[in-house]
Amino acid sequence: MSSFKRTLQQIARYPSAVGGTIVILLVIGIAFYAMITIPYSEAIRLWRGGEEVWGEYPKNAHPTYTDWFTKEKLPRSIVINSVDNPAVVKTAVGDPEVASRQIITYTFDYAYDGFPKEIVIFMTALFPEKRPHASILWITPDGREIRMGDMSVRTSETFRPGQDARLQRRLGGLSAEVGLFAQPDAETPTPLKGTYQMVVDVDLFEPNSNVEAKLVIHGQIHGLAGTDHLRRDLMVALLWGAPVALAFGLLAAMGSTITTMIIAATGVWFGGWVDGAIQRITEVNMILPFLPILIMIGTLYTRSIWVILSIVILLSIFGSAIKTYRAVFLQVKEAPYIEAARAYGASNTRIIFQYMIPRIIPMLIPQLVVSIPTYVFLEASLALLGLGDPVLPTWGKLINEARSNGALFQGYYYWMLEPFVMLMLTGLGFATLGFALDRIFNPRLRGL
Amino acid sequence: MAEASLPADATAPPEMPRRAGSSTLLRVIRYTGLRALALFVTVVIGVYLTVLIANMGGAVDNIRRAQIREGVAMYLSMDQEVRQLSLAERNELAAQFIAVAEKRFGLDQPFAVRSFRFLQNALTLNLGRAEHLTSDSGSRQVRDIILERLPPTLVLFATANLFLFIFSVSLALFLSRKYGSFLDRVIIALSPTSAAPAWYIGLFLILFFAAIWGVLPYGGMVSAPPPKETVAYLLSVARHLILPVSAMVLSSVFSSTYSWRTFFLIYSSEDYVEMAKAKGLTSRDIERRYILRPTLPTIITSFALMLISMWTGAIILETVFNWPGLGRLFYSAINIYDTPVIVGETVVYAYLLAVTVFVLDFIYVLVDPRVKIGGGRETA
Repeated sequence: MSSFKRTLQQIARYPSAVGGTIVILLVIGIAFYAMITIPYSEAIRLWRGGEEVWGEYPKNAHPTYTDWFTKEKLPRSIVINSVDNPAVVKTAVGDPEVASRQIITYTFDYAYDGFPKEIVIFMTALFPEKRPHASILWITPDGREIRMGDMSVRTSETFRPGQDARLQRRLGGLSAEVGLFAQPDAETPTPLKGTYQMVVDVDLFEPNSNVEAKLVIHGQIHGLAGTDHLRRDLMVALLWGAPVALAFGLLAAMGSTITTMIIAATGVWFGGWVDGAIQRITEVNMILPFLPILIMIGTLYTRSIWVILSIVILLSIFGSAIKTYRAVFLQVKEAPYIEAARAYGASNTRIIFQYMIPRIIPMLIPQLVVSIPTYVFLEASLALLGLGDPVLPTWGKLINEARSNGALFQGYYYWMLEPFVMLMLTGLGFATLGFALDRIFNPRLRGL
Repeated sequence: MAEASLPADATAPPEMPRRAGSSTLLRVIRYTGLRALALFVTVVIGVYLTVLIANMGGAVDNIRRAQIREGVAMYLSMDQEVRQLSLAERNELAAQFIAVAEKRFGLDQPFAVRSFRFLQNALTLNLGRAEHLTSDSGSRQVRDIILERLPPTLVLFATANLFLFIFSVSLALFLSRKYGSFLDRVIIALSPTSAAPAWYIGLFLILFFAAIWGVLPYGGMVSAPPPKETVAYLLSVARHLILPVSAMVLSSVFSSTYSWRTFFLIYSSEDYVEMAKAKGLTSRDIERRYILRPTLPTIITSFALMLISMWTGAIILETVFNWPGLGRLFYSAINIYDTPVIVGETVVYAYLLAVTVFVLDFIYVLVDPRVKIGGGRETA
């Protein structure tokens, strides 16, 4: 145990190793946070659900911290539901047993320097036979009243004022998102700050009818991570990318490095045809184009991340590392203590696992740590080619979606930069630690 | 990356007396021949495995059969005359059509037999016809398509790797002389960034240089429309080369410089270097004859390993940069499931890797005197 402690003390003397460890712990922390706060099934629901999950989120909204860099205050989303909401006044006029009228009034403050991205009104209606009729009125802070539209409400109705050509004509050619919020006679449209009201006047033609409406004003910024083209909150993918990347990187690195070591040790110990066969397999494997084969398997067989992971391990086992280990084991095999072990009759397995392998563990650990980012990036590479796991949200898939939806051309840089930063943190954390460990365990490098 | 920092040669051959020149030449030829033969066998096995994977062990045949059956059924249902026939007659006709079509695709033979024919075709680079893709000149021969895409890839790779090799070796030599200096420490601190692959750095460069500052193109090989004069054309290609080449160089320059500088440092503390210094040789001579010479085999090995990983990494880099090379061809073939092209390219990649390994071995023979003396001994 004291040697372990001594190693830790040595590590603590390298600032890069300490920095790397802190970053790794941070990423591990994010991974655990993601798995605890958003369980697996919930993450998949949030990422692959439908309109009901993302409906209230704006499309391609920048993250909220964009606000810090601009002088203007960018609009955030406003969601007001008429069900059990103190901000909404709902009055019923007339006898509810016969035909009656409902007036739903929404009041909200708008104090932003930009126009919203989109306005949507979701309405649900209860009625035995005849559809209720709704007319919507918009009241600006300076008291103007704008008729937004009239419609008969089906059981579920979505009204998007921005797509209503008649409303646009009434607003003097401006789209609803701009026209409803603009100051009346400004040269360039500027938003009018103050308290707005929207009044939904519903005629119910039958008893036992009811209408509920939800006003959603999509802002330009949303959440700590922003949203994508499908209105999904990127935070889910950023958080859940961490456990996926760590699991993939760690499993692939450990699986391939440890198996490679055992195979190399076995080959060297038995020598002869075993060694020969291992050498030949390694040579064949070095000729096999690694990525194309992974891509073929992803395209033709399955995209499941765990199958790809096993193939990655399988293909990496007989990599060039086996030759490095073999060279070291050849030296170890000649060591006197191995001869002593053989003399007192130790079994082959005992010699391989108890005497040969422990000898090169100091060399193995840095290599293992250094190879983790390679696999983390490999997963991202596959996702970039569209071969990411079909259900799990990962960083690579975010980059792929950002790229294929023109995030760079349209200025949604956050969309690509966020997964980039996460990948860089993970990659750099492990790589820095690995390089430092290499210097600690490799005495030849220590002074250099 | 990880491999690059480790010397791989523990089987130091025993001392042997130097023999006459002709015998050395013979040994080199014999060694080269043996290596070529071994590599050929390796390529055969590798290509056969590729063929098996690409055909999903015969599962692609079932998909093909189903497609043929569907096509024939569609065709017959459109035909007015066939509709007049009785059900039995129609079925018989359909069976005939299917048999002809299957024979045309060679599906009447068992997969095991055909897999060897595939192997033979693949090895002789008789790669067949693409299902969907065509070359720019309109040919559907996979070989034409691939040959058309090979030059851009070679241009990109040759530029990037030459630059990378020369730049990192000279920088490493410089740093080993100035070791401990500020620049040295910067390179050491930056070396972990090489964990990021070239496409990652490429996207980063695109983000800044193309999207935000707009000084360099997003991708592609020449501007559209391509300039008519040769000079303007070359300049345009060079401009498009800047970002992908920088991405490739940046993704490995720090770690390779770091590991080579370490090698040079280890070797420059050898006794014979001290001896040379004591003799008063110039530092240039010491570097070239006493430091660079013994480290060259290791450097070449690590460089070749880097090259091998870059060959296949190009698929993503070229996709990211829209570079019309082999990598992007592979990507578009995947997207439309063009199996002949996928297999053909994988075979070409296998060949390219084999050629890289072979050239590496050959250079090894040239730079490592131990191989020359020891004959066909195992190296690297």
